[in-house]
Amino acid sequence: MSIRIPDLVGSIVEAALSPHPVDRYLELVDPMMTWRDLRAKVVAVDHPTSRTVRLTLQPTRQWQGHSAGQYVQLSTVINGVRHVRCFSPANAANTPSGALELTITAHDDGFVSSHLREHAHAGMVVGLSQAAGEFTLPDDRPRSAVFISGGSGITPVLSMVRTLVTEGYPGPITFVHYARTPADVAYRAELTALAGATPAFDLRLHYTRGDDAEHFTAAHLADIPRFDDAHLFVCGPPALMNAVDEFYDTSGLTQPLHSEAFTLAAPIAVDPDAPVDGELTFLRSGRSATNDGRTILDQAESAGLSPESGCRMGICFSCTAIKKSGCTRNVLTGETDTEADTQIQLCINAPVGDVEIEV
Amino acid sequence: MTITSNSTEIVPTAVTSDREFDDLITDVRDPKHITLSYEQVEALGRDLDELRARVVADLGEKDREYLYSVIRAQRGFEIAGRGLMYLGFFPPAWIAAVGALSVSKILDNMEIGHNVMHGQYDWMREDTYNSREFEWDTVCPADQWRHSHNYMHHTFTNILGEDRDIGYGILRMARDQKWNPYYLGNLAYATGLMLLFEWGVMLHDLEVENIVAGKRKWYDVKGLVKGMWRKAGRQVLKDYVVFPALTGPLFVPTLVGNATANLVRNVWTYSIIFCGHFPSGAQTFTSEECENETRGQWYLRQMLGSANITGSPLFHIMSGNLSHQIEHHLFPDLPASRYPEMSGEVREICERYGLPYNTGSFSHQLGSTWKKIAKLSLPNFMTRDDDDLVVTVERSKSAAA
Repeated sequence: MSIRIPDLVGSIVEAALSPHPVDRYLELVDPMMTWRDLRAKVVAVDHPTSRTVRLTLQPTRQWQGHSAGQYVQLSTVINGVRHVRCFSPANAANTPSGALELTITAHDDGFVSSHLREHAHAGMVVGLSQAAGEFTLPDDRPRSAVFISGGSGITPVLSMVRTLVTEGYPGPITFVHYARTPADVAYRAELTALAGATPAFDLRLHYTRGDDAEHFTAAHLADIPRFDDAHLFVCGPPALMNAVDEFYDTSGLTQPLHSEAFTLAAPIAVDPDAPVDGELTFLRSGRSATNDGRTILDQAESAGLSPESGCRMGICFSCTAIKKSGCTRNVLTGETDTEADTQIQLCINAPVGDVEIEV
Repeated sequence: MTITSNSTEIVPTAVTSDREFDDLITDVRDPKHITLSYEQVEALGRDLDELRARVVADLGEKDREYLYSVIRAQRGFEIAGRGLMYLGFFPPAWIAAVGALSVSKILDNMEIGHNVMHGQYDWMREDTYNSREFEWDTVCPADQWRHSHNYMHHTFTNILGEDRDIGYGILRMARDQKWNPYYLGNLAYATGLMLLFEWGVMLHDLEVENIVAGKRKWYDVKGLVKGMWRKAGRQVLKDYVVFPALTGPLFVPTLVGNATANLVRNVWTYSIIFCGHFPSGAQTFTSEECENETRGQWYLRQMLGSANITGSPLFHIMSGNLSHQIEHHLFPDLPASRYPEMSGEVREICERYGLPYNTGSFSHQLGSTWKKIAKLSLPNFMTRDDDDLVVTVERSKSAAA
């Protein structure tokens, strides 16, 4: 009975407040007091480098923890609009306090990252998703682990390293990291401390700007103990990922290579006079069409689909669907939208280049 | 296209004197006859598009804060109303409880529900205050309402035979609707609809008269009925079982209180909504007139078919800004709290083109609506054919252009 009473109270509360979710009441009292929603409060903010901000987040009780290497979706409101971005926690999995640590690099075009760098403060409440992603350590830990990261790709692999260290991992750990300059290594102090305290930890930092600019080469992986048994974990910008892939293929390596692309959410420069191109992909139905420049609704119908629709002029919102990726142009206003995972009206939006839509 | 209104009471706002009117519209002598060229209607469309773009560019934090402040007020009234029911043995407390709960339901349905479900706040990308996700505190399921209202009514506004909001399939609301003896009960049906408005709104998407006429089969409406059953069930459970039970010995006063709050909300929402398209001067159209409409022509139809109500800021909030029905029909997806600031410019645009801007006090618009319901219960030959205002629109480009 002791388990059932809260359930009973819960269902009475939900029935009484129907049709509004309980959290829509609770958030007016305290945004961290949630019934179902997962959120997090920023408990500490610091700026490890001039381009980054490190947030320590305390999630609400719904947080189920993350596996090292996974990412979360963090959302925050900027001028009335909620924006969502993916970030990888850098702390070890199963951190006892339940807190999570995100280090966010503010890219030149990074609207959300720049906003967070400038405006994030202790006490701020953000939206959070449960952790997701396949880029994780295998349950059977490898005999040797090699981590290669570039720029802000450091966070998921650092989480893996910290997890292994916390577990008392017996094998050698090699950490190869690429940053623009020494001042751009967000976790310089932590990495140096780890290297000092853990004899099996081999830290290799390389810098990609300046006179002695270094990019990935096979030589950076020389002399790694038990390399034949090592699992490789790679996360970074496309150039680094490609270089590692090429090395892996040409060297005929056979051990597992785990990787996660780290992409910049940079806005696409749109030239309205450019010829129409790209592929329009309808994710739910598994079909696709060559973009012919008409609205997505028209193109979906030409492809034999019949998404729900109504007024065909943008007023009734019957045809709203989620755009997973790509750039669309509002045919009434000419405005373009490059955000991923947003709802758009199919009848007044046309694809610009490749677009993936949940239809 | 000739658009005919069926009333004497409308006066084009621009016309303060016949002389001024003649200056505006040069080729027409009759002050009850307005002619707009194709180009003028297109220019009108561009003016309204510009106004729209200016507001869209300005949407932001303050609109979000406004919505949340209305939600906070609504939740406050709801909690106060539910709480005061525990004092329901004390009549003044019971009356206050009913009042607070009525205000809560009115705010929830009008300034929050109706507007959120129009997509007015979709740009905020907030999971629950979004046209796809929001559910409101009334028996009609949100998805069905979005179809019957957002799509059917707002696309085919005031087109006879297409806009089912003209009489809701029950009432005769236009002279062009064919009379039959059933309509002798027009006043009684309207009164019934007013008292049970939330249930009428719920059944709207079923098109009951089409089921009676055999045009819709059970198979077509099975899904709708299931949705209604689920939604209405929860609403009934909440207001007539859960909350009364939670007040224990006060079960009956709470149940009656909740029913009264729903009734107050019904009468109020019906009254506001009926003032939107049915006062004298609001015009209806035929399908032929509206074929292949341009954006400008669509805007013009929305303007001529809608009517506003004047009132205080509080009145506008309590009516969900549907007191700005003209602005709402021109810009259904813009936050309604923007309509008051837009109304001056819309009115000015009307004046510039010599078009009527139908507005009046609540008592005037409501009186005129009930008068129309009464008049239309009788066949046309028994009531006076009104001295019509005629707006003539050239449907295609003029030879000179």
